[in-house]
Amino acid sequence: MSESFAAVLYLVSAVLFILALRGLSHPTTSRQGNTFGMVGMGLAILTTLVLAAPSFGGFMLIVLGLAIGGGAGAVIAQRIPMTAMPQLVAAFHSLVGLAAVLVAAAALYAPESFGIGLVGSIGATALVEMSLGVAIGAITFTGSIIAFLKLDGRMSGKPIMLPGRHVINAGLAATILILIAILVGTESHFVFWLIVVASLALGVLIIIPIGGADMPVVVSMLNSYSGWAAAGIGFTLGNLALIITGALVGSSGAILSYIMCKGMNRSFVSVILGGFGGEQAAGGADDIDRTIKQGSADDAAFLMANAGKVIIVPGYGMAVAQAQHALRELADSLKEKGVEVKYAIHPVAGRMPGHMNVLLAEASVPYDEVFELEDINSEFAQADVVYVIGANDVTNPAARDDPSSPIFGMPILDVDKAKTCLFVKRSLGSGYAGIDNTLFYKDGTMMLLADAKKMTEDIVKALHEH
Amino acid sequence: MATPALEQALDDLDRAAQGVRDAAGSGILDAAGAAAHGATGGAIDPFVFQLAVFLLAIFVGYYVVWSVTPALHTPLMSVTNAISSVIVVGALLAVGISTSGIATGFGFVALILASVNIFGGFLVTQRMLAMYKKKEK
Repeated sequence: MSESFAAVLYLVSAVLFILALRGLSHPTTSRQGNTFGMVGMGLAILTTLVLAAPSFGGFMLIVLGLAIGGGAGAVIAQRIPMTAMPQLVAAFHSLVGLAAVLVAAAALYAPESFGIGLVGSIGATALVEMSLGVAIGAITFTGSIIAFLKLDGRMSGKPIMLPGRHVINAGLAATILILIAILVGTESHFVFWLIVVASLALGVLIIIPIGGADMPVVVSMLNSYSGWAAAGIGFTLGNLALIITGALVGSSGAILSYIMCKGMNRSFVSVILGGFGGEQAAGGADDIDRTIKQGSADDAAFLMANAGKVIIVPGYGMAVAQAQHALRELADSLKEKGVEVKYAIHPVAGRMPGHMNVLLAEASVPYDEVFELEDINSEFAQADVVYVIGANDVTNPAARDDPSSPIFGMPILDVDKAKTCLFVKRSLGSGYAGIDNTLFYKDGTMMLLADAKKMTEDIVKALHEH
Repeated sequence: MATPALEQALDDLDRAAQGVRDAAGSGILDAAGAAAHGATGGAIDPFVFQLAVFLLAIFVGYYVVWSVTPALHTPLMSVTNAISSVIVVGALLAVGISTSGIATGFGFVALILASVNIFGGFLVTQRMLAMYKKKEK
């Protein structure tokens, strides 16, 4: 196969990848899109195998690697609970990052296999591309591991603030750039590994000060980084599939980061600088009456059964309590009684973009009953009951009404405009952002203090008894 | 009815594929590449063309991703993660044809990692997308 024909085939794979993303514009076309993606990947792998024509030993080694990795990947994909998707995606990003580092290392040690010269005479352009790819790849690797540990609860979600961390990070970044310049001049393998080590350290340092509430941004940002790393390696190898895919993934992650920042009314820079969500100090104006009205499952069932329209607002707490299936039963029981049920999802509900939608889909909630913030916010005023389950900060009216609140300006779901707001919560603590929710003290709010899943099941039981 | 049309389409596809094969076999594509290179007098580094592709792909990505429905943002992340594993082509070259043992080793580990991502990413996306259903009735 000629190099040019191979390049055309790589281009075809890249087009298939674009179609894979295009398919996600609607659930009905998404499955076909995913198939396009798989075909594109198969084509890229076959093209490389035919082009490289490895020896028998090399071919067996490739089959072995594909079997080990592919087998592990397939098992993980089958077994992973949907509630753990954020961790899984973070872990997968770390693998792309490390793969980029290793491919760059292989290219440095055996440049002739990649057609970029011989050891000691790799072109300057190739070295710059390679080192950028390796630096971003290494940052993605360790950054994603930290994100994984935080999302998986193996590490506290609280920001870790090193003294003078901005100076340290800026210093490290500058060091990496200087090392890249030295590498281009000397092609020293030692300097290459110094770049790797410095970038690995930088990856850890930029993620540890970012609090749990900002994790949706971090996951999206690392998604973007893994794309740029792939593109860097794509330039080194002169591979169109890799360059185009890297650009697609890079811009996709960047857009998701932007949407998440907008959902929290935070600037990207302030998220990256970190430190949000650690302090409990943010109290807000203290002239409100802090008495709450508490209710039972029976009260909730009575209110809901007599409502014309109920809107359910799920949040991360629903995922933690695994309450999505019980919630679906609740909605079914209400629908039997002729109540209109809808779901409202805030852009930053959960720990990654779209996480709540997946969990509801898992519980067989039809996607046309699930609405985004801008599509449903005007309907709260007509709703009789709002059932808030596991969400907190995204319903805080202070974000809309109190300019002194740290989350002022963040778009919220206007649940306080409904006649009654049922708020399921384990205890009366503040939310992830550490901010008191003034919704609790409003007249129309009834607090249901219990585990989200237990409470939902109890309400279903009570509904059947009446 | 539909069958002749399908056969017709398949025939067309065969002819097109044959055309591409002929073109590749006779080196027309190579010649075209060389001609493009020649037309610029060889003065423009191929890097510039790669950069052009890269920048245009960023714009394609921008518009395509904005059209993704927010309900599918999680599958979007898992599928972008799967396709970024196309970095496996670099690993395959290192394992398949490298003469350096150490480079083969790096390539082999990279191959395993990328394969985890390829299979894991596409399959978990498929699993998620299969759950999205419309209202019955």
